[in-house]
Amino acid sequence: MILVWIIILLMGTGLLAWLASRWNTFLPRLISLAGTITYFGITLWLWHGHDPGVGNQEWIISYTAKWIPTFGIQFKLAMDGLSLLMLLLTSFLGVICVLVSWKEINSRVGFFHFNLLFELAGITGVFLSLDLFLFYFSWELMLVPMYFLISIWGHEDRIYAGKKFFLFTQASGLLMLLSILGLYFVHGQNTGVYTFDYEQLVGTTMAPQIGFILMLGFVVAFCVKLSTVPLHSWLPDAHTQAPTAGSVILAGLLLKTGAYGLIRFALPLFPEASHRLAPLAVLLGVVSILYGAKLAFAQTDFKRLVAYISVSHMGFILLGVYSFNEMAMQGVVMQMIVHAISTGALFIIAGAVYDRIHTRDLHQMGGLWRQVPRMGTMGLVFVMASMGLPGLGNFIAEILILIGSYQGDFKVLTVIATVILITATAYALRIMQKVFYGKEHKVWKIPDFDVREMIVMLSLTGVIIWLGWYPASVFRVSQTPVQKVIEKVRIPKPDQEEEMESVDRADIFNIANPVDVKYVTIKKVDQVQKINLIQTE
Amino acid sequence: MKELLWLIVALPFAGALILAFAGRKLPRTFNAIVGVGSVSLSAILTLLVGFEFLGNTTPFIQVVWQWFDVYGLSPNIAFHLDTVSLIFIFVITFVGALIHLYSAEFMWEDKGFVRFFVFMNLFVGLMLILVLADNLLLLYLGWEGVGLCSYLLIGYWYKDPKNGYAARKAFIVTRIGDAALAVSFYILFMTFNTLNIQDILTAAPSTWTVGSGIAVATALLLLGGAVGKSAQLPLQTWLPDAMAAPSPVSALLHAATMVTAGVYLIARTHVLFEIAPTAQHTVAIIGAATLIIAGMSALYQHDIKKVLAYSTISQIGYMFLALGIGAWSAALFHFVIHAFFKALLFLGAGAVIWVMRDEHNMFKMGGLWKKLPITFWTFLIASASLSALPLITAGYYSKDKIIWLAYAGDRGSVELWLAALVGAFITALYTFRMVFLTFFGKSHAEPTRRPGWIITIPLIILAVFSFAGGFIELPEDMGHLTLISDFVEKTLPTTTLSVLQPSTELIFQIISAVVAIAAVFLAYRLYFNKPFPAAEPQRNAVQRFFFKGWDFDLLYDKVIVEPMVFLSRINKKDFIDQFYAGLAYITRQLNALFSATQNGQLRWYAMVVVAGAIIILTVIFFP
Repeated sequence: MILVWIIILLMGTGLLAWLASRWNTFLPRLISLAGTITYFGITLWLWHGHDPGVGNQEWIISYTAKWIPTFGIQFKLAMDGLSLLMLLLTSFLGVICVLVSWKEINSRVGFFHFNLLFELAGITGVFLSLDLFLFYFSWELMLVPMYFLISIWGHEDRIYAGKKFFLFTQASGLLMLLSILGLYFVHGQNTGVYTFDYEQLVGTTMAPQIGFILMLGFVVAFCVKLSTVPLHSWLPDAHTQAPTAGSVILAGLLLKTGAYGLIRFALPLFPEASHRLAPLAVLLGVVSILYGAKLAFAQTDFKRLVAYISVSHMGFILLGVYSFNEMAMQGVVMQMIVHAISTGALFIIAGAVYDRIHTRDLHQMGGLWRQVPRMGTMGLVFVMASMGLPGLGNFIAEILILIGSYQGDFKVLTVIATVILITATAYALRIMQKVFYGKEHKVWKIPDFDVREMIVMLSLTGVIIWLGWYPASVFRVSQTPVQKVIEKVRIPKPDQEEEMESVDRADIFNIANPVDVKYVTIKKVDQVQKINLIQTE
Repeated sequence: MKELLWLIVALPFAGALILAFAGRKLPRTFNAIVGVGSVSLSAILTLLVGFEFLGNTTPFIQVVWQWFDVYGLSPNIAFHLDTVSLIFIFVITFVGALIHLYSAEFMWEDKGFVRFFVFMNLFVGLMLILVLADNLLLLYLGWEGVGLCSYLLIGYWYKDPKNGYAARKAFIVTRIGDAALAVSFYILFMTFNTLNIQDILTAAPSTWTVGSGIAVATALLLLGGAVGKSAQLPLQTWLPDAMAAPSPVSALLHAATMVTAGVYLIARTHVLFEIAPTAQHTVAIIGAATLIIAGMSALYQHDIKKVLAYSTISQIGYMFLALGIGAWSAALFHFVIHAFFKALLFLGAGAVIWVMRDEHNMFKMGGLWKKLPITFWTFLIASASLSALPLITAGYYSKDKIIWLAYAGDRGSVELWLAALVGAFITALYTFRMVFLTFFGKSHAEPTRRPGWIITIPLIILAVFSFAGGFIELPEDMGHLTLISDFVEKTLPTTTLSVLQPSTELIFQIISAVVAIAAVFLAYRLYFNKPFPAAEPQRNAVQRFFFKGWDFDLLYDKVIVEPMVFLSRINKKDFIDQFYAGLAYITRQLNALFSATQNGQLRWYAMVVVAGAIIILTVIFFP
């Protein structure tokens, strides 16, 4: 029930903030801050209460209610370690977003916060939904508030960027809807049970061709969100034009819904098809990593540069996810978190610079360190984070993905991806040089970070350093879900097919004789373990 | 006492943290005390830990906490103290502390005093992590960390874009090596299922056959990392430019930290090189080639710090040569001695530059020996050590050991020996060219101030070590003292000789002694008290080629940098986006086309209806 309350809390706070803007502009900010802090508190409490050692159940908390029973649609929310981490991230960045908008947003303050909180609600819904219909619903719910955030409070080209964002996401979302419906009917025809329930749909058997096409619908939608080359081109515009809070949410959370979708839905629902897609997906991942870095290096617009860094970092997600390896997958989870922190922080810095000198053009900047040493130091930390410097969280993510994927089938591509260590250095140092070092092209008289901004930046710094030195706190939570996904997507090698068949037969048996369920399940578990043993040998 | 090992590492970090958060509000004296004090305390602790360790030299491992544990990769934040890492932390903290002390006066008037000490403390702390790490991932943390610090310190005077360029160059070039190092981790983890250094070293000989392809590949990748950090061929180009840093930084970078990381890495993973003879031989060849190439370049510099920079590259070349022929203890011996005299040379050069108000050109100095007596005498001792003047200098004992083993070691050869000997000649020549130009001859400019005692004390201490440090290890025929090699060989294998005749060793010692003295004499004839114009000398094409460091920069500019810049320029707008823009354009055109048909004219609609009807009827009746 707590999961439902979270969403109600966010939506309620959003409405309240909108209403409060009738009186003044301070109240909506305060209400939103209170709402997001409460949300953050709840997730911290959930995290604290979550004991990863106990039990082997997949979901920590779940909630199911009837919604449209005729069509097999439920209101089903559930949280496992992965969702928990994503909720932590969402609520943390939620607080940050309210704080960074404190002075930046001065028009239609109430409506802004309404959109912000509904956006967070939609994202939270995506991270919790276990019913594909509800998932799609939340997926679309994320779209509209973000469209408004970009188009109303954005920079000069906001209308264009907003439309582009809307069209890309909407078109790919429709593909996903088709796939969801396809899966719904395939499963219905197979079993006679028409349902959108994720847990029942996992393991649906289907013809390889159909499976592959249905999976593509999901993967395209997720890759658009992940901004995989060549589906990335909405991202630079949207990120650049959005207000700071919008950029932070886009980079920090919206992109992660794509990664989350791949891990939660694309892989477990379509294991065989995923394996067939893997070479292409990994290739696109590596292309994104390097192409994104290359374009980042060429940009002259600060925010656009950071946007292309996102493209590059998200390539790691594809590389890691499609290596089907626990280490790489843990790296992916880490990458989702640290990218949100580091890129979010860079957007905040870019936004702060823009606020002060009203340009994003790197050629107008230079030598700012003398004026704003605190900003420079923070810039240094997060520039180093995004080039994967050890001691900061991004390193852990990247090295795990790289080492992990090298253990799989894509050794050459992994080695090629390693070139990012060099290209990332080039674009990262370029930021430092153009913005903070070098000659002053114009002498700006600008204030340094104030207390509010320092609170935001220091908390982000704290998190990124903590993740660099003690990432175990994240891995402990994500271990079970990651292992479950790897298990689901594991394809037996040809010589073990026989055993796999017997498992399948047991499955059928399972449905036919409900009395023997217990016995069969135990047998099945034994067999699965046996397969695992054989594979590890 | 050993349990305090973590504190040696933690102290510099603590110093950096205090300075970063509180430094700007507190007086400069306090900042200096924190900055210098933290590293000095580390040095004292190192001595205490070291004394206890001497009693019982079994490796000591201290696990501070578990970093993470994913799929069999479970590195700890853990420190491994054995004889090799003890030598390194001793040099790092001890020389580091002296350099910090020196900096307190040297940088006193600089606006970024606090920033400087934050970076310097971080530099020392990360280097300590590098040499103490018990697993490769933690080593990599220190490895990249010193790269970052070098970037920050080379670009310390950030207003000059040239310094920024040098800083970025240093970071990016070394990152090329780092990428190679990272790839070696993939292979090592795949093979050994761990990144713990000692576990890998234990398992490697039984897993890989000697000379197998994968062993050679891994060793070469490690070597790739090492040549990046240690500025060896072909990644040496960043080091001469790194002179943009303040002089104490150069001293730290060249003597105690950063460039010795490559030497450490190879010594640390020596087993992997021993089962890959091809790779180990490559190390020796790279070392030999580098020491000559860099030495030639040093001969033609006019900037006193650039002479020293090329000299570092060349001396690290000697260490690589020693590593390549399996003379592990000789390499580490030379590392220690080199740390002393090179730190001293940089600090001395820094003092000269400091009193001359930022004059780097040796041709504009001259005659300084009377005006700066302490600086001169200490600089002279260090120079003698660098030139390996026989018997009295520490450099002689360390370098001669390498030259001797290049011939007599079982992996040595006449070619390697000749290269080392030629290198020794060049070294002594450029060193005394530098001494004679800077301190003798006609005075071109007057020093504007005198170094105070904070600058002088480190010079004197280092001079003592550059002079006396060599006596801890004496050749077989002169005293036969083997303190260093006994100590090192508790961790690293003994060097085996192919020729075992003491009489030959004496001949070789005499040859290298004669070579060094001859070079000094030549330098005396060419440069002592000669009237040189203060302006930059004219150079012919060959001289310019050497002056420019064999034009490696030009080569890389043409082959790598320019294509990269070109690539990023041609596709700035991202052609993929143009595709979508085209799509949008076509849609808009179609929209215009179709909306043009909605013109509200009845006759047009009637005609379209009729035309449509005709088409449909045609399709139906004439399929």
